[in-house]
Amino acid sequence: MGILEVKGVNKRFGGLQALGDVNLSVQENTVHAIIGPTGAGKSTLLNCLVGKLIPDSGSVMFDGQSVLGRKPFEINQMGISRVFQTPEIFTDLSVIENVMIPCFAKRDGAFRMHAIESVSSEKGIREQAETMLADVNMLDKRDMHTASLSRGDKRRLEMAMCLVQDPKLLLLDEPTAGMARADTNNTIDLLKEIKEKRNITMAIIEHDMHVVFSMAERITVLAQGTPLVEDTPDNIKGHPKVREAYLGEAQV
Amino acid sequence: MIGLNKKDFGLFLIVCFMALAAPILLNPFPVDSAMSDFNAGYPALMQKFAIFGIVVIGFNILFGLTGYLSFGHAAFLGAGSYAAVWMYKLLSFNVIFAIPASIIVAGLLSVVIGHISLRRSGIYFSILTLAFAQMSYALAYSVLTPITNGETGLQVYNNDPQVLMGEGALAEPHLFGLNLNNLTKVQVGGWEFTFEVGYYLCAIFLILAFYMSIRIFRSPFGMMLRAIKSNQNRLNYTGVSPKPYTLAAFIISGLYAGLAGGLMAAMDPLTGAERMFWTESGEIVLMSILGGVGTLIGPILGAGAIEYMSAIVSAITSADLKSWFGWLPDWLETIVIYVLYPFVGKGWHLTLGVVFMLVVIFLPGGLVEGGQRIGKLFSRKKPATAPGGSATPAE
Ligand SMILES: Nc1ncnc2c1ncn2[C@@H]1O[C@H](COP(=O)(O)OP(=O)(O)OP(=O)(O)O)[C@@H](O)[C@H]1O
Ligand SMILES: [Mg+2]
Repeated sequence: MGILEVKGVNKRFGGLQALGDVNLSVQENTVHAIIGPTGAGKSTLLNCLVGKLIPDSGSVMFDGQSVLGRKPFEINQMGISRVFQTPEIFTDLSVIENVMIPCFAKRDGAFRMHAIESVSSEKGIREQAETMLADVNMLDKRDMHTASLSRGDKRRLEMAMCLVQDPKLLLLDEPTAGMARADTNNTIDLLKEIKEKRNITMAIIEHDMHVVFSMAERITVLAQGTPLVEDTPDNIKGHPKVREAYLGEAQV
Repeated sequence: MIGLNKKDFGLFLIVCFMALAAPILLNPFPVDSAMSDFNAGYPALMQKFAIFGIVVIGFNILFGLTGYLSFGHAAFLGAGSYAAVWMYKLLSFNVIFAIPASIIVAGLLSVVIGHISLRRSGIYFSILTLAFAQMSYALAYSVLTPITNGETGLQVYNNDPQVLMGEGALAEPHLFGLNLNNLTKVQVGGWEFTFEVGYYLCAIFLILAFYMSIRIFRSPFGMMLRAIKSNQNRLNYTGVSPKPYTLAAFIISGLYAGLAGGLMAAMDPLTGAERMFWTESGEIVLMSILGGVGTLIGPILGAGAIEYMSAIVSAITSADLKSWFGWLPDWLETIVIYVLYPFVGKGWHLTLGVVFMLVVIFLPGGLVEGGQRIGKLFSRKKPATAPGGSATPAE
């Protein structure tokens, strides 16, 4: 049994079958990539995992519990964090505050009326956030306004915000989309580092084969809403069906 | 100190000083001088400064921190006033009953209105709050006449029960026998200062309200509210449920408005539906924006500026203008008065409009930003590229 078990998931948008009978099993402590051509349904699948969309049928079990019908914040509290395609951070807050918020969410749950205590007296939370920022090499930017961060730093910050919660599963939707080669490589290094340090389970949606093959331990290929194959990177590279459906023009 | 950091504590002391010394600070001109019309240190106006200061401080916790713009906060003000007058009618004129009652009633109303309005965000939330406030106004004006006394307004009559009143007790609002209308006038040279019990009651509540707002701004709760304004999507995927936070902020701001409504009825023991009218809600929004949204001191400045204009500018007559500009050549005097006249007296709203436009265009951060710019002009030091302070809300 994997930590994430998707069984027979279907999702239609009007006449369009975005997901058709998707089965997926993500094993603990692996990096699992989901690839596939544009419109294959990768984002739709991810949205079904985090509570943004509800599948028409099928089941999504995480850590032995169904996530279906739960709100995004409840699913996060179960241990799934996600990174967005364009970094979603709190732009009017400082870098350290951005990291402290997920710490509070982890400690205090979805709501707590802590209106009289002062943030500055929360030494433990601050230390936790600072340690995390040091891990992603952003400690020196701790007090900066996030609006002035570079795109790469925003990505790092968002990653830190997810990781500081020590999620059981980290979901990444095209974490390098639109990035220059150098930034992409930085992100790969960062992810690898995180993987080594924290041994975290990750599911990555990615277009960039360079990213996929330098990180993934398992790969699922999605085409027209249905998983084509699931295998190790080496086997996927040589798989005729995959070449035909997808990799043909991607020049692996 | 008292749970505040050094900077906030300094600000708090300044506000305490301003509130307690207002009768002196606001009367800078001798009684006989030509400028004495610009003195604001008389009880009725100072009470308004404090009361609207309280409303806007509370409003700012909702609007300033979460970004949810309510156009219906006058409903809570009105509900607070009705509750207070009912306490006078049923129990006694002691405000020890009236003020808690106004806070509680406004709080209950804000739970209902907040719970429903917060199903939507953005402009739809604003419209919902506006609709609720106008409904409250309409109810108070006609349907609920047995409770609100409709058009006439609610006041205390001789045959009201007043069960806790006792023989020979004061027949106007008091605090354990201390008449809120008591006042002392102090003459110093040509100056005269008026110290009124009622004003000081308002001032103490203003100070408490301000203190609570600093604590909320600096708390993890306050940080979550700012996160809601900044990026609700991210917050959802961070495991935080925005709804109870916004609802709590809404209720807190409702409690503040209820307190203010109670204080209004403590200063003058009658009330009417017009206190809930939408223009009143609009004024709260204007005060908040004029002062500086999301800043600590902004609400007090905004409330003060607008109440000052509504009291002082609206009292300027054409005779006043003539006496001020009499020294100009006749033709110039005529032109100046012709230009200025529409902006004073009944036309004070024009002045308000112009000031508001200028502030929004040139000082988007409100009067607080104006103050900061002036502060920078005068401080020799280059403004440090302050790490730390930069992302926390300005004072
Ligand atoms: N909310 C929606 N309403 C209608 N159709 C949608 C919706 N979301 C996605 N689709 C459609 O479903 C299909 C799958 O979309 P999805 O975004 O999951 O693809 P993807 O694999 O993530 O593609 P890309 O690589 O371009 O991100 C597409 O044809 C898309 O147009
Ligand atoms: Mg996609």
